[in-house]
Amino acid sequence: MKHIGLGIAILAIVASAAPSWAGGADSFGVRNCTWCHGASGQGYMVAPRLAGQRPQYVESQLRSFREHTRDNPFSKQYMWGAVAALDPNAAHELAIYFATIAPKAADDGDSDLAARGRTIYTEGIPEANIVSCYACHGPDAEGVRDIPRLGGLAYFYLKSRLEQWGQGYHSSAGSPMPMVASHLGPNEIKALASYLSFVK
Amino acid sequence: MSERFAAKRLLSRRTIGLRAALPAALLTAIFIVAGHAEERGQAARGGLEAKLEYCKTCHGLQGQGYMGYFPMPRLAGQQPDYIEAQLRAFIERRRTNPIMFNVAHVLSPSMLTALATHFKNLDPRPFGGAPRGSLSEGKKIFQEGLPEANVPACSACHGIEGKGQNEIPRLAGQLYAYTVGQLTGWKKERGQGSAVDTSAIMAPTAHNLTRSQVEAVAAYVSYLQ
Repeated sequence: MKHIGLGIAILAIVASAAPSWAGGADSFGVRNCTWCHGASGQGYMVAPRLAGQRPQYVESQLRSFREHTRDNPFSKQYMWGAVAALDPNAAHELAIYFATIAPKAADDGDSDLAARGRTIYTEGIPEANIVSCYACHGPDAEGVRDIPRLGGLAYFYLKSRLEQWGQGYHSSAGSPMPMVASHLGPNEIKALASYLSFVK
Repeated sequence: MSERFAAKRLLSRRTIGLRAALPAALLTAIFIVAGHAEERGQAARGGLEAKLEYCKTCHGLQGQGYMGYFPMPRLAGQQPDYIEAQLRAFIERRRTNPIMFNVAHVLSPSMLTALATHFKNLDPRPFGGAPRGSLSEGKKIFQEGLPEANVPACSACHGIEGKGQNEIPRLAGQLYAYTVGQLTGWKKERGQGSAVDTSAIMAPTAHNLTRSQVEAVAAYVSYLQ
C-alpha cells in the first residue's frame, strides 16, 4: 500500500512541479528518467541526481550505457535497458533539460569525515600517489565539459562509484578514474564521499 | 623462493650433527635479509611505476597532456632540465600552484630525475583541438617575432621546431589552453625570483603580445609534432 501511495505521490509531483522541456516535463522522455531519478532530477535512492549535472557528461554516460561500457550492476540492471531506444538527439535534449535544474546538496555524508575528505579532494595524498580531485573537477566540484559535477551528490552513490572503479568497472574509454580510484582505500573513499555530499 | 630452496638444501646437507644447525640457521637468516633487500629493489622500481602512473593520471596516459578543470600540460618530450627546474620552482613557491606544490615536495631528487628522463622519451601525437584560424599569424610570430612591438622570435630560444633545449622548454604539441594561460598570466603565477629562474625572462618577453597574438602563437605551437 505504501508503495502505491508513493507512486501516486511521485506521479503527482512529476505532473505538477517539474520545469518545462521541449515537449513538456510530463513528456515520455523526461518522465522515464524521473521515475527513478526523482521528480525534479534530484536523485532518489541508488539513482544519482541529474539536476545541475554537466550536459556533456550526461550525454557521454547515456552513450556508455548504450554501448555497455558503463557496466556496474545497477547500470546493467536499469540503465542499459532504459537507454536502448534513446536516440542521440533525445539524449542531448534530456541532458540540457536536467542541466538547467538547480541542484540540491544531498548532505548525507558523515560530517566528522568531511574535513579529511576536503583535504584529499584539494591536495590528494602525494605520498600515496593519490591525485587531487580539484585539478579536474574544479574548486567547487562543479565539473566542466564532460567531467561531472560531484558536489552534493549522494554519499551512497559517490562511495559506490569510487569503489566500483577500483573493482574494475569502467565508465568510458580514456577515463582516468579507474587509475585514480585504484589508489584509494576504504577510509579515503568514505571521507571523499562525505565531503562531496555537503558541497553546494 | 630460490634462496629459501637453496637454504633448505644446505640445511638438509648439514642435518648430520646438531652443531651444524647453527651455521645453517645463520645462513638462512642471511638469505632472508638478502631476500628483503631484493624486495626493496622491487619496491623502488614499483615506486617509479606507481609515481609515473600518478603523473599520467593528470598529464595523460602518454604524457600528451589532458584537459581537466585546468589544462594539464604535455610532459612528453619535455626537456628534463626544464621539468626539474619547474618542480623546484613549485617547491620553493617561486611558481605558484597549490596542486603542483603538493605533488613536487614529496619527490626525491633521484625520483625526479627518473621521471624527467621517462617523459623525455615519450612522443605521442599532439593533444590537438586548438582553433586553426590564425595558424599562419602564429607561425610568423614564432619564427620572426614582432620587431615593432619588441617581441623576439620564439624560435630564437625554443628552436625552429619548438623542441627547446636544457632549461628552455619544448613548446611543440603543448596544449593550447595551457600556453594561452601561461602567456597571459605570467606575472601572476611564475617567474618570481629571476636570479634563480631562467623562465622569468618570459615576463618582459611576452608582455607586449596582445591576447589574439598569444592565441595565434599558442595555436601554432600546439600543432607542432
